[in-house]
Amino acid sequence: MNQQEFIALIQPFKDKLFRLAKRILVSREEAEDATQEVLLKLWKIDTASLKSVEAMAMKMIKNYCLDQLKAKRSGNISLVHNNYSDNYSLEKQVIAKDDLNTVEKIINNLPEQQRLIVQLREIEEYEFAEIAKIVDMNETAIRVALSRARKTIREKFSQL
Amino acid sequence: MELQKIEELLEKYLEGTTSLEEENILKNFFSNDNVPSHLTDYKMLFGYYKMNKQEMSKTRMIPKKKNNYIKWFAVAASLVFVTMLTFMYLQNNTTNQENIDTFETPEEAFIETHKALQMVSINIDNGMENVSYLEEYEKTRKIIFK
Repeated sequence: MNQQEFIALIQPFKDKLFRLAKRILVSREEAEDATQEVLLKLWKIDTASLKSVEAMAMKMIKNYCLDQLKAKRSGNISLVHNNYSDNYSLEKQVIAKDDLNTVEKIINNLPEQQRLIVQLREIEEYEFAEIAKIVDMNETAIRVALSRARKTIREKFSQL
Repeated sequence: MELQKIEELLEKYLEGTTSLEEENILKNFFSNDNVPSHLTDYKMLFGYYKMNKQEMSKTRMIPKKKNNYIKWFAVAASLVFVTMLTFMYLQNNTTNQENIDTFETPEEAFIETHKALQMVSINIDNGMENVSYLEEYEKTRKIIFK
């Protein structure tokens, strides 16, 4: 496969990879790095033998980002986390309800698994079967997590 | 009628049992301007999802380029290596030639060599004087460990 073919292959889901990475890592730069890294890995493996390159790529970026997050946590994350929760309560008072950033903050405060599922379902509009492949969960568990996430988001949003 | 259907769909939506088509109905409904006031929260939520989908990555995928870059680096490194080798070889040759026949006669050369060696031996003697007091240690060591 040459470069042009590869670019054509990844074009439909390149931005999905990036958005999923950003959902996990939050930082834009880190998400770009993760996307680049996963695309390079994808370039090296034999994609012709894969049934769904997109699902494979989504799974790869999910794992890559979660690893990044773990590595960061073993560092000085406790400090960062404390700062974050303080900021959040403060922002709650300051930010107006009609700010789209508020939705983003609520989603990014969800547990990791729910965050992933919300991203894949609400934004990327994947079928449950596809999500199951990416996050390694069965469809029922995904529905439960999604329902929980949707309720939490709605609740938090109406409390503001 | 329409609104009742939307409310029903919202219930299902919160339970995680809506299909993608039904979720699309909701998304379309909430992208309209005439959303009832008690449902404006959903308008914000679905608005956010729709907007987030527009976000693009700036990542440029250039795997081939990267390979080229490494290849060119290897070429440059080997070129530098070869030129350094030839340079060193040439330099060795020239210095060898210069070293031959710096003195006119063997006698002259002998005197110069003698001078140089003399200087070395004087310096070694200086050093030995400083070392001599180490013998004191040797003596005391012998006293202690008979």
